[in-house]
Amino acid sequence: MTKQVPQSEIRIEGLTGDAAIAHALKQCDIDVLSAYPITPQTIIVEDFQKFAADGEVKTRVIPVESEHSALSACVGASALGARVATASASAGLALMWEILYCAASMRQPIVLAVANRALSAPINIHNDWSDTYGARDSGFIQLYCQSCQEAYDTTIMAFKIAEDHRVLLPVMVCIDGFILSHNVERVEMLPDKAVQDFVGVRVPYQVLDPDNPITMGPLCLTDYYFEFKEQQDRAMKAVPEVYKAVEAEFKEMTGRSYGVVEKYMTDDADIIVFTHSTPAGTAKAVVNAMREKGEKVGLLRLKMFRPFPAEQVREAVKKAKAVAVFEKCMSFGAPSNPLALELRTALYDLEKKPMVTDFVIGLGGRDVPPTTIVDGIEKTKKYLQERSAPMYETLGVRK
Amino acid sequence: MSERFDQVPIAGNIIKPGNATQYKTGGWRAERPVHTPDNCLWIKNGTCGRCWILCPDSAVRLIEKDGKYSYEYDYDYCKGCGICANECPTQSIRMESE
Ligand code: SF4
Ligand code: SF4
Repeated sequence: MTKQVPQSEIRIEGLTGDAAIAHALKQCDIDVLSAYPITPQTIIVEDFQKFAADGEVKTRVIPVESEHSALSACVGASALGARVATASASAGLALMWEILYCAASMRQPIVLAVANRALSAPINIHNDWSDTYGARDSGFIQLYCQSCQEAYDTTIMAFKIAEDHRVLLPVMVCIDGFILSHNVERVEMLPDKAVQDFVGVRVPYQVLDPDNPITMGPLCLTDYYFEFKEQQDRAMKAVPEVYKAVEAEFKEMTGRSYGVVEKYMTDDADIIVFTHSTPAGTAKAVVNAMREKGEKVGLLRLKMFRPFPAEQVREAVKKAKAVAVFEKCMSFGAPSNPLALELRTALYDLEKKPMVTDFVIGLGGRDVPPTTIVDGIEKTKKYLQERSAPMYETLGVRK
Repeated sequence: MSERFDQVPIAGNIIKPGNATQYKTGGWRAERPVHTPDNCLWIKNGTCGRCWILCPDSAVRLIEKDGKYSYEYDYDYCKGCGICANECPTQSIRMESE
């Protein structure tokens, strides 16, 4: 039974999102960290290497020459039974691509922190979600955070979810590059022991062991490959239940929980804003302001993008007149963009569906002020009156 | 080859060591080699054996017992590449559709 940590044992620090993740990794007592620094993830690795250099962790830190190697080393170490983490962003994540699939398909519970950043070209170091959205089908669980506190908490929970034998899948813990990775916020830190007791010791399902040799990641052709993919899909489907249990335990310890979706004034809302990460914070302020004027708007913040909690999303928005999606990613050539595609699919079977409007915002770190969210809501109101909306449009671009 | 998804080890891990004889490549075959013994040098006098040497899957069995020579294929492994038929100097092998 997890006990609540008394307030007197909680350390309050001002931490960036990256630093919060580095501290969480330290407290989770990871065995191996193999990473290559890339903006805006760099602080995670820098801070962690400082812990290692100062002897604060027993972790074996492996500096490598590229992200492809970083994740490869993680897969190898994880196959030996180690608790393993890495961090990346943008082009670095793209360079990990091949190994993302290996990590997930080999069912290695690696935690990968991502400071979401745009992809080239032109080269851009600022935030959007193109990197992790591109990796959405790699078999990683994807959890998106809205605050530094949440980044800290989610990293701790991620190991417990990933290492659960019903799951055994790697997790991406995503924070918005710079907006969260580099901004200092108040973070309540748990005592080391509380974190270690919560996460526990990794009990690997199968390990590479010279005394009991097995082969991992072998060639597998038409005769079996499909069966392994079925297994993987079932493991993904088990995630929400495991997530719920892990979060309930975390709540007992800290009083904090997030849910796979966060409902904010959605129950009686005519228009629901649907987004995640930092735009959700902006949207919450917009909802508050518009509610004061008597407008029935709400916010549905998505925490878990993979697996997509279709049922909860459907349930939360089914009574609304419209759902306005705000997403920092584009799926070039698709009928609409990734988040709206997921939502539309989730709603398709409903007899009476809310209208879905899709707004692409903030690409390459373009600011998303409250006015952008208001703009999208106003457009949605207009489209509701006209009973027709475009499949998607961009907001905040000069045109 | 017939276990369900929940009967196979996780992630394709191979938990018992084995060897390549467990890969039955015969399932890939679109054409099968058929042997006619009339002109085959192995059957006649125990010479040649080109098909035996050149088969990449060791699917040709040349057998000698008490001075008598016989010839057969192991269709569990023959994947129908046709090398044996192509290389036979006496055209004793022809490829037939499965
Ligand atoms: S067809 Fe190819 S695999 Fe089959 S016996 Fe001939 S050489 Fe071997
Ligand atoms: S290559 Fe032809 S002749 Fe030679 S052993 Fe084989 S079948 Fe007989």
